[in-house]
Amino acid sequence: MNLWLTLAVNSIALGGLLFLLSAGFSLIFGLMRIPNLMHGSFFMLGAYFGVTFLSRGMNFWLAALLSGAAMAVIGGVIERFLLRRLEGQVLPQVLLTLGFAFIIGDISLMVWTGDPWQPATPAHLQGALQVAGLFFPIFRLVMVGVAVVIAIALWLMVDWTRLGAMIRAGVDDAPIARVVGIKVSQLFTLVFALGAALAAFAGVIGAPYLSVYPGLDFEMLPLALIVVILGGSGSLLGALVGSFLIGFLYNFGQAMFPDLAYVILFLPMLLVLVLRPQGLFGRVVS
Amino acid sequence: MTARNYRFAMITLTLALLVTLPAWVGNPYYVNIASQILFWAICALSLNVLVGYAGLVSLGHAGLFAMAGYAAGLMLAAGHGHALAILMALIVTLASTAVFAVLALRATGIGFLMITLAIGQIIWGIAYRWASLTNGDNGINVSTRPAPFGLSLASADGFYYATLVVFLATVATMIVFVRSPFGASLRGTRDQERRMNMLGYNVWLIRFLAILFSGLWTGIAGLLFVYYNQFISPQVAALQTSAEILLMVISGGTGTLLGPVVGAGIVVIMKNVVSAYIERWNLVLGVIFVVIITFMPEGLVPGTARLWRYGWHRLKSRRLAVREKAESAAS
Repeated sequence: MNLWLTLAVNSIALGGLLFLLSAGFSLIFGLMRIPNLMHGSFFMLGAYFGVTFLSRGMNFWLAALLSGAAMAVIGGVIERFLLRRLEGQVLPQVLLTLGFAFIIGDISLMVWTGDPWQPATPAHLQGALQVAGLFFPIFRLVMVGVAVVIAIALWLMVDWTRLGAMIRAGVDDAPIARVVGIKVSQLFTLVFALGAALAAFAGVIGAPYLSVYPGLDFEMLPLALIVVILGGSGSLLGALVGSFLIGFLYNFGQAMFPDLAYVILFLPMLLVLVLRPQGLFGRVVS
Repeated sequence: MTARNYRFAMITLTLALLVTLPAWVGNPYYVNIASQILFWAICALSLNVLVGYAGLVSLGHAGLFAMAGYAAGLMLAAGHGHALAILMALIVTLASTAVFAVLALRATGIGFLMITLAIGQIIWGIAYRWASLTNGDNGINVSTRPAPFGLSLASADGFYYATLVVFLATVATMIVFVRSPFGASLRGTRDQERRMNMLGYNVWLIRFLAILFSGLWTGIAGLLFVYYNQFISPQVAALQTSAEILLMVISGGTGTLLGPVVGAGIVVIMKNVVSAYIERWNLVLGVIFVVIITFMPEGLVPGTARLWRYGWHRLKSRRLAVREKAESAAS
């Protein structure tokens, strides 16, 4: 009983982290149709930035925000000056983002070496909460809390603000959105930077939980992919549901079939693809 | 010399160079590199069937490549003979390619790419994490190379010739494939999907068969790889390998037969040279991707052809201008 509950808490924590990772990916993919294969690299580079800030004694939350801001700038620049020129050309976009993924991966290896870095959980978030005789690690609860707050903030932004309305217009019909005077191009850069920032932020939040090591980028990228294929691209609700599904599958798979945990992760994706190719919450694009 | 004669002479010369290669290269190290180029070229040619002729970009081909290698390695480790291992490897590859195709063809464009990437990662995950089957990171050793018709492949030269025979067979098959009515209908599905549908072609089936064809040759390249290295590890199935194969296709030029071969040569040579001097192959790989996309998006072979034509044209028009000037001065 206790084991299952612990697993469930871990699953929810991982789900929250995955949501932070894939919300940006989903927006980028849904709005701009850019298959951003460096999203996992944003996560890893953000995490490395985070551990560097933390090792200088910076406050955990400040480090996470700063790392997110730095990645927003990097992502924005790559979008503005390179990806922008390839609008609508899938293959060149893939190659460019893949190329940057390799560059970022190798530079990280060079700067931070091959050893894993695991920052300590910040002091004020250590310990566990005791509820009805069961212990819940505070840090994991906080991870979930942060994910929920950001999910609500994103939902408010997309569904209730003028900016969100413009983004949705861009997702639905970019040419018409341009015609009615929405600066889709600037919006794209903004969304790309936001996605990059979210990934980096997730990287720092996840660092004490996952630790940071070379190869983390290509381990996280497929997870973001599955979440988005599961939930449907461009749908925040889809990303949320997909993240928690994957969080549960990963932890329970790890506990029950350790050899095949990674494979089990992909089964729901395959199932969804066969039964509902547009994803659980995706719309059919004609 | 007419264009046809010229082409015939070029092909004869290339064949002669390839066949006599071990003699004039001498050093087994370079013969081995030539073998590597050839089997990677087979792999790049088979991916090119999808990227160049079907318009389907797969990032999971390393998975199919590794699948063949692992199947053969596991069969050999279980004590079976080479013939059975190779046969089994091809059957396994073909069967898994069929599953791969059915899943990936749920989408085209970016969707296809993402699904193939995810499937490729599954295969990597199996190879890496299912340690009781695949021996995990330690990989599988293949102790012997086969000796078809009593010819030993143990030496660098022997293996080179075996690879060359398979390579020539691949090229011949690809030429027939590209020029066949099926190849034409495949290009049709790439350019005009709806029209092909309206004309009564089964677009899905055409794509499915193209993926099977591509997967089979990828598997053959994977077999050559595993016999060449006599070792296979999950690294082969990683996304990086898929990206390298894609780089070969793109850098050489998609939709041409020469492109992927040239691309394979460039990538293999670069990789060997780069890793001899610095460790940073991944960095170089990434930079090449970005540079190619920025400066020669159509690939080296068509890009060079374009520059060549452009230069030739400039030269001709300049000569013409000079002659005209001379004539006008004379008159």
